Amino acid sequence: MTDTLDPQPSTETIPEDAPAPSEFGMRDSIIGDSPEGTDVWQRVPYNADDYGPVSDFATDFDHADKDYNPNAPKVWKQLRDDGCPVAHSDRYGGMWIPITHEAVHDVAYDTDNFTSRSVVVAVGRPGDLAMPAPIGAVPPISSDPPFHGKARRMLLPPFAPKQIEPWEDEVRILCRRLLDQMGEITPGESVVDAAVQYAQHIPVNVIGRMLGFPEEDEALFREFVHVALETIAQEPGTRGGIDDLGKYIRAQIEDHRENPRDDLTSYLMNMELDGEKLSDDIVGGSIILLLVAGIDTTWSAIGSSLWHLAQSPGDRQRLADDPEVMTFAIEEFLRAYAPVTMARMVAKDNEFHGCPMKKDDWVLLPFPAANRDPKQFEDADSFIIDREINRHSAFGLGIHRCLGSNLARLELKVAIEEFIARFPNFELAGDVTWSVGQIRGPRVLPVRILAD
Amino acid sequence: MPGSEPVPQQETDDTMQIHLDAEKCQGHNRCYALAPELFDVDDYGQAVLMEEGDVPDGLKDKARLAAANCPEYAITLTGD
Ligand code: HEM
Ligand code: SF4
Repeated sequence: MTDTLDPQPSTETIPEDAPAPSEFGMRDSIIGDSPEGTDVWQRVPYNADDYGPVSDFATDFDHADKDYNPNAPKVWKQLRDDGCPVAHSDRYGGMWIPITHEAVHDVAYDTDNFTSRSVVVAVGRPGDLAMPAPIGAVPPISSDPPFHGKARRMLLPPFAPKQIEPWEDEVRILCRRLLDQMGEITPGESVVDAAVQYAQHIPVNVIGRMLGFPEEDEALFREFVHVALETIAQEPGTRGGIDDLGKYIRAQIEDHRENPRDDLTSYLMNMELDGEKLSDDIVGGSIILLLVAGIDTTWSAIGSSLWHLAQSPGDRQRLADDPEVMTFAIEEFLRAYAPVTMARMVAKDNEFHGCPMKKDDWVLLPFPAANRDPKQFEDADSFIIDREINRHSAFGLGIHRCLGSNLARLELKVAIEEFIARFPNFELAGDVTWSVGQIRGPRVLPVRILAD
Repeated sequence: MPGSEPVPQQETDDTMQIHLDAEKCQGHNRCYALAPELFDVDDYGQAVLMEEGDVPDGLKDKARLAAANCPEYAITLTGD
C-alpha cells in the first residue's frame, strides 16, 4: 500500500508491447500524488493563471471555474441555444464538452475511441507508462473492456438491490441521530446547515459501516475525498498526502485478517480474480475507490435535493401528503440535480459529431447536462416531482453504470424522508456555497427551520 | 444479437409482449423498482423477466412505465 499511495518515480522502462500485468496494482492513483514528469503522471500544458476566470463557456469552458457549478444549468442552456452540441476549450491541454443527451450517450457507449484511464480532468494525466488503459489505476472505474467487466463483476454482488435493501433501518437510525444532534430547535429562529450538519455525514458513515470501520474515523475519509475531487486544479504532487488514509486502511485489512467478519472488507479479502485471492493492494484500492466514488457524490445529491425543497413549499407538501410520490421524486431529484460529471480521454484520433478529436484530449461527460436536454425530457428545466417518464442518466450510461446506485438511492430516499419528517417546513437562510469541480452540490447550506 | 429488436407480433391487438435485452441492461434497476411484478434482479443486480412474453392485462401500465424509464433502452414492448 505504501508504494501504491506514494508512488516513486520509476526508472525502469516498459516496452510498448508489454503484456498487461495479470494483476492490477495501484502504481499511480486516480488522485495523482506523484511529482510532475514521472512515468505515471504527466503535467498537461496548462496553467490556470494564464487563463483566469471564464468569460465565455462556449469557447473557454472550465468546470472548475468557481462560477460554473452555481450556474451550470444556465451554462448548458446557453450552449444548447447557441447550437453547440460539443463545446471545446483549450484548458487542461485541450478538452471537449458534449452537452446534449445524444452526444453524452455516444461518448459513454464508445469505449474504443474513448478510454476511462482517467476520469477526472486535471492538470496531470496518466503518462505512457502508467497502468495500461484496459486496467487503469482504480478498476473498474478506470478500466476499459475487456478487463473492466471482470473487475466490475467482482464488486457487483454486495451492491445488488437485495443486498442493499436490508441497510434501510441502519441508514434511518443514522439520519435520526444526525437530526437529534442539531439540538434544541426554535421554529422561525433556528438555522441549521443541511450540508455540513446532515448530508455530508450520511454516505461516509454508511460506507464505513458497510466496510466494518470504526465510526469515529469519518473526518479522515471526508478530508481524503475533499483532497481527491475538489482540488483538481492544483499541481500533481501538491494535493496533500493520503498516506495516513492508506496506512489506516492497511491496518483495517490487517484487523480483518485476524478477525474476519461479515462485512464488505472481509468480502473483498475473500474475493478471487482469475482463481487467486486479491492482494492487499487491490483490496485497499477497491476500498479507496468506493470512498471516492460514493461519498461526496451522494452527499451532493442529498444536499441539492434539500436545497430544492427549501425553496419549494409545494413539493414539500406533496411529499408529506402523498409519500408514494417519493418513487418518482427521487428520480426527479437525480435528474434535475445530477451531481456527477465524469470524463474520458480520447484513445485515438477520431471525428466525433463533426469534431476533430485528438488522442489524449480530454472529454468531459456531463451527465447532468444530458439530463436537462429538452430533446430527451419534456420541460427539461422544470422540476416535476411526479415526472413519470424519466430516462435520466445521473448514474451514467453503458458499462460503467454506477455500481453504488442502489445504495445511493436508498440513502437519498431515507435522508429526505427523515429530514422532512422532522422539519416539514424550512427555507434558505443565507448564502449557499457550491462545490468546485466535477461533483456538483451545495457544501454550505444554511436553512431556517419554520413552524410546522 | 445485441440491439436487435424483437419482431412485432401480428396476431391480436390486445397481447402485449415484453422483451428484455440482457446485453443492453446495465442494472439501473428502474424496472425492478417500478414493476416488481414483472421484473426480478439477480445476484449481480441485473434485471430478469419474471415471465417471458405476454404481459397480463392488469400489468400493462406497469410494463409501459418500466420500458419508458430504462436508461439503456433495454426493455421493448410489442403489441399493446
Ligand atoms: C447519488 C450518488 C451517486 C451518483 C450520482 C453516482 C454517479 C456515478 C456515475 C455517473 C458513474 C459512471 C462513471 C463513468 O461513466 O465513468 C459512477 C460509477 C461508479 N460509482 Fe457512483 N454515483 C453515486 C454514488 C455511488 C456510491 C454510493 C458508490 C459506492 C459505494 C458508488 C460507486 C461507484 C463505482 C464503483 C463506479 C464505477 C463503476 C464502473 O466503472 O463500472 N457510487 N457513479
Ligand atoms: S431499467 Fe433497464 S438497465 Fe435497468 S435493470 Fe431494468 S432493464 Fe436493466
